[in-house]
This record gives sequence, structure tokens and C-alpha cells, in this order.
Amino acid sequence: MTKIAPRQAYGEELVRLGQENPDIVVLDADVAKASMTYLFKEKFPERFFDLGISESDIVGTGAGFAVAGKIPFINAYANFLLGNGWEQIHISVAYANQNVKIVGHNIGASSGKDGPTHLPFEDIALMRVLPGIMIVEPADAIEMRKAVRAAAQHQGPIYLRVGRLPVPLVTCEEDPFELGKARILREGQDVTIIATGAMVAKGLEAAEELASLGISAEVINLHTIKPLDEETLLRSVQKTGAVVTAEEHTILGGMGSAVAELLVEEFPVPLQRVGVKDRFAVCAPYDELHNILGLTAKAITQSVQRVIRKNRQ
Amino acid sequence: MSIVDLKRKANLIRQDIITMLVPAKAGHPGGSLSAADIVATLYFKEMRINPQEPNWADRDRFVLSKGHAAPVLYAALAEKGYFPKDELLGLRQTGRMLQGHPDMKRTPGVDMSSGSLGQGLSVANGMALAGKLDKKDYRVYVLLGDGEVAEGQVWEAAMAAAHYKLDNLTAILDYNGLQIDGPTDSVMSSAPLADKWRAFCWNVIEVDGHDIEALEKAFAEAKQVKGKPTILIAKTVKGKGVSFMENQVGWHGSAPNAEQAEQALKELREEGLSLG
Ligand SMILES: Cc1ncc(C[n+]2csc(CCOP(=O)(O)OP(=O)(O)O)c2C)c(N)n1
Ligand SMILES: [Mg+2]
Repeated sequence: MTKIAPRQAYGEELVRLGQENPDIVVLDADVAKASMTYLFKEKFPERFFDLGISESDIVGTGAGFAVAGKIPFINAYANFLLGNGWEQIHISVAYANQNVKIVGHNIGASSGKDGPTHLPFEDIALMRVLPGIMIVEPADAIEMRKAVRAAAQHQGPIYLRVGRLPVPLVTCEEDPFELGKARILREGQDVTIIATGAMVAKGLEAAEELASLGISAEVINLHTIKPLDEETLLRSVQKTGAVVTAEEHTILGGMGSAVAELLVEEFPVPLQRVGVKDRFAVCAPYDELHNILGLTAKAITQSVQRVIRKNRQ
Repeated sequence: MSIVDLKRKANLIRQDIITMLVPAKAGHPGGSLSAADIVATLYFKEMRINPQEPNWADRDRFVLSKGHAAPVLYAALAEKGYFPKDELLGLRQTGRMLQGHPDMKRTPGVDMSSGSLGQGLSVANGMALAGKLDKKDYRVYVLLGDGEVAEGQVWEAAMAAAHYKLDNLTAILDYNGLQIDGPTDSVMSSAPLADKWRAFCWNVIEVDGHDIEALEKAFAEAKQVKGKPTILIAKTVKGKGVSFMENQVGWHGSAPNAEQAEQALKELREEGLSLG
């Protein structure tokens, strides 16, 4: 399967958008190579601003650009940007409702060998509690391009989660993409697997494996985590009666929590969350770290078996 | 320890940095090498520490605020005897003690976990304030990067250290002129550094960060100054000691391969021999 790094697609699409729209400005915090905003810098140096290692400042500056009518994309490693910049995002972006595109890089286990100080597994939770911020994590590079474009068109704050390492292509150029609209990638009857980002490919892999065990799994690519596409999710779950969520993030407060909150109020069914289980990571390469943290197709398969067993009891 | 012995230690630390980065296949040679003379002077001359008792309550403390320079700290700790030198080869490997950035829970001798830039000076302030409260005479050292000081928290802490007259605190700024995106002067100029810290009411000493004799003198002066924290603005060369890494922004965060390491070690061994 072809694999492309989402950040590559991000950096390239940003350049195209820059060509089309002179209002787009790009801000970075000394990680322009990792974020691939250096491509934009090369093309439009006058619309690129490196603010150095100052993730709180970059948020405020982005808000100022937005107030003045520009469309700022602000970039840094997700943990530093949303961690250091959280209060600035809270007030200057969310509360002020400014059109800032917050772009978190090196998400999840991307920088595995740098260790836990560099591994954002909490960023979705940090953004979910802020009213009015859309949260988007595309499943692959093709979807990333569409998401960046849609983010630029969207009026309002948005958090875009960008991975560093190549992930398999699971969507096609022709597939429609709409912010806030979940996509069913595979239809099934017995269980709904809801996945986001790099975990979508693993959800599809698990569905294959499950099919060989006689279990028919529906796989949903939930690229927009907030606002939730409640209609698509509920329709699927009402059909299957069982849910497994999968995300490269802590199970506390992330996508799985959002789905659980919806279902417990609207349509309670057995549910399991695949994600990081309230622990810090360790230093390890990306794939190994996914194994250590249980972010695998196998973990999804096992969780599916558990929810189905619960339904039979 | 004599000046020449300290130079030998710094040279060994540089060799260890290169050696451990090869199997790790990732990590930060540039900012580790630039700080080797500073860290050698601290660990082998300046600091009151005991590797047999890493948590000794009266020890001097060291906070590596620029946590990505973990290799220089690990090399110093191993040379000092906090743990066997073999551990260095486990840097960044799954299940091993030496994480990509310092982890105080795993590694004896590491006084504070770090890796998210901008936080170390505040932590050092807390340690220094606690020392005063407990009437202990330990000193606190903290090493900052010149790109790192763009973080606002550094200046919040700078104000607090002067306000609380933390004369038991010495900061060292590794003034190597480079960060990730390029020269600090073109990414986010932090100059004039000495004037900034002076304006924040610190005692400022400008020093050649590779001149061990000068570093020793500066640390001694810092101990004599009362009522103010001291900062050494240490002019350094990023990648110092390895010709092809010196002043190269590309060597900020990539490890040498075996061949490059051999070349680097050859140069460093020659330098070691020249020390007699
Ligand atoms: C809060 C935070 N933002 C970004 C980074 C990523 N990062 C690691 S090292 C570095 C550059 C550091 O430059 P400098 O402080 O000059 O260190 P040195 O040159 O001594 O290596 C950056 C941006 C980080 N570790 N922490
Ligand atoms: Mg520097």
C-alpha cells in the first residue's frame, strides 16, 4: 500500500492555497522543516513569520492577524503549541472567535524516539473543551490536502492534527470531503469501528481480519472530531449495536470519549476505546511505540470481540 | 581537578556524545557538543555532588533546561560514575534507561526532567528558594539555549530570580548562535543578551564557553556575588570539536552515521592526545 506523510501533503497544499489567496499567512515556531511550512516560506517569504521558540506568542500573533482580516495558519509541535498556548487559544482564539488555523505537528507517536516530552497524546482533549473550535484529523495524505483547503475556506477557529510519518492511503482523490461529515469506508452489520487519523488504516485492517472470523465490521473515518457527525454515527450504531473507537491519543477526553458521551445519552451500547490508557509513553520508534501502547489493528480486533461478547451475554 | 584534566574530561564527554548517538540513530549532537566544556567544568570542578548518593539533600543541583542536549548530561553522569558507561549505548532504545530527553524518574543524577523548552529556569528558582528556606548552602545551576530564551516563561523566571535575590542560582546561556530553523539572529534575534539580563537586574558575566579557565573564574565570581542571581553568557560554537559539525545548523538534531562518527572520533582522539 502507498504511504505518504500527512505533513508532506499539508506543506504542499499550503503553498497552493498561498498562490490562490493572498490573505493566507503562515506562522511557525522554529520547526519549519518538521512542519514543512518551509515550502511556503520559500514561495512567499513576505507572508511567512518565524516567531522562534515561543508557542504562546505565536497563538496571540495569529489571533491578531485574524482580527486584521488575514487567514493565519499557526504551526508548532502539537504538545508545545496547545500546551504552552492553551490559555491564549482559550481567550484570544476561541472566546474571541477568531479565524485562526491551529496546526499541531508531530502528533501521537510521530517522534517516538524523542520520548514522552515530545509526544502529543492529549491535544484533542485540550481542544475539545473549548467552545467553537473545530477539530480535524485526516486519515491520510489525500484527505489532508482536502482538509487544509477546507480549513482555509471555513470561517472560524479550527485545530488540524498533522502526523509526521508516512501512513497508508485509505481514501481516493474522488472521495467527497466535507468538514463535520464522517465517512463510512466499509459497510458492516455486527460492529461499528470509528477511527481517526493513522488509526483508520488499522481499523480497516482489523475489519479484514474480523471478516475472516465471520464478524462484519463497519468502519467509519471520523476525520472531524468536533463537531461530531451525530447523525452518521447514530445511524451506524443503531444498525450494529456495538462500537469500538480507535485514536492515536489518550482514551481520556479524546475522540473515543466524545463518541461515548454521545452514545451514553442517545443510544447506549457496548463500547470499547482503543487509545493510550492513561499512562506516559516511553522512548521507542513509531511502530514499536504503537505496539507498546496498544495502538494496533490487533487491539481493535480484540476490542471488537469483547463488545460482541458483551452483546451476546 | 586541574585545567588540563578538565579539558580531558570535556574531550571524553565529546567522544561519548558521538559514540552514543550512532546506535541511537537520532538525537542532538550540535547543542550537546557546544555545552561540553561548561558541563565538564560543572560536574568535575564546580558542583558539590556525590555519585554514590544522587539524592543527597545538600548536593548542588543542575537543571538542563535545553533538554535536547541530554547526551552531554548523560556523558558527564556516566564519566562521573552515576551509572555504567555501557548505558550510553542504550540511548533512545526501547526499554532502556536513557530516554531521548532527561527523565529524573529513570536516571540517577538527573535532577529534573526536561525537553519542553522554557521551563528550566522556573524550576531552578523553586529549588533555589527552597534552599534558602531550609537554610541549606547548596547551589543551583541551569543551562539554557539561546533559541530557548524566546520562550516568555524564561523572562517571567528571570524577573522572579532577581526579585527574590537568588544568589544561590547560576544560569548559563549556551550562546551558540543557532537554533533549528537557522541562525538565531535570523529566526528570532535574542540579542543583545547581556544587556537584557542586566536590565532584569542579574549579575552578567560574558565568557568564552570553551575556555575552561575562564569558566572556572566565572563560576567562582558567581559564588561571591550577593543579593543577585548570576548568568554566564557563554559564547560557544555549536558542534564544537568536530570540524564538519561546527556552526552547521543541520547538525542540530541528526545523529552521525558510523562513518561520520569514525571521522569525528578520529578528530576528537587527536585533540585528546594533544592534551598530553
Ligand atoms: C517548548 C518547545 N518548543 C519546541 C521544541 C523543539 N526544539 C527542540 S530543540 C529546539 C531548538 C533549540 O535551540 P537552542 O535553544 O538555541 O538550543 P541549542 O542551539 O543549544 O541546541 C527546538 C525548537 C521544544 N523542545 N520545546
Ligand atoms: Mg542555540
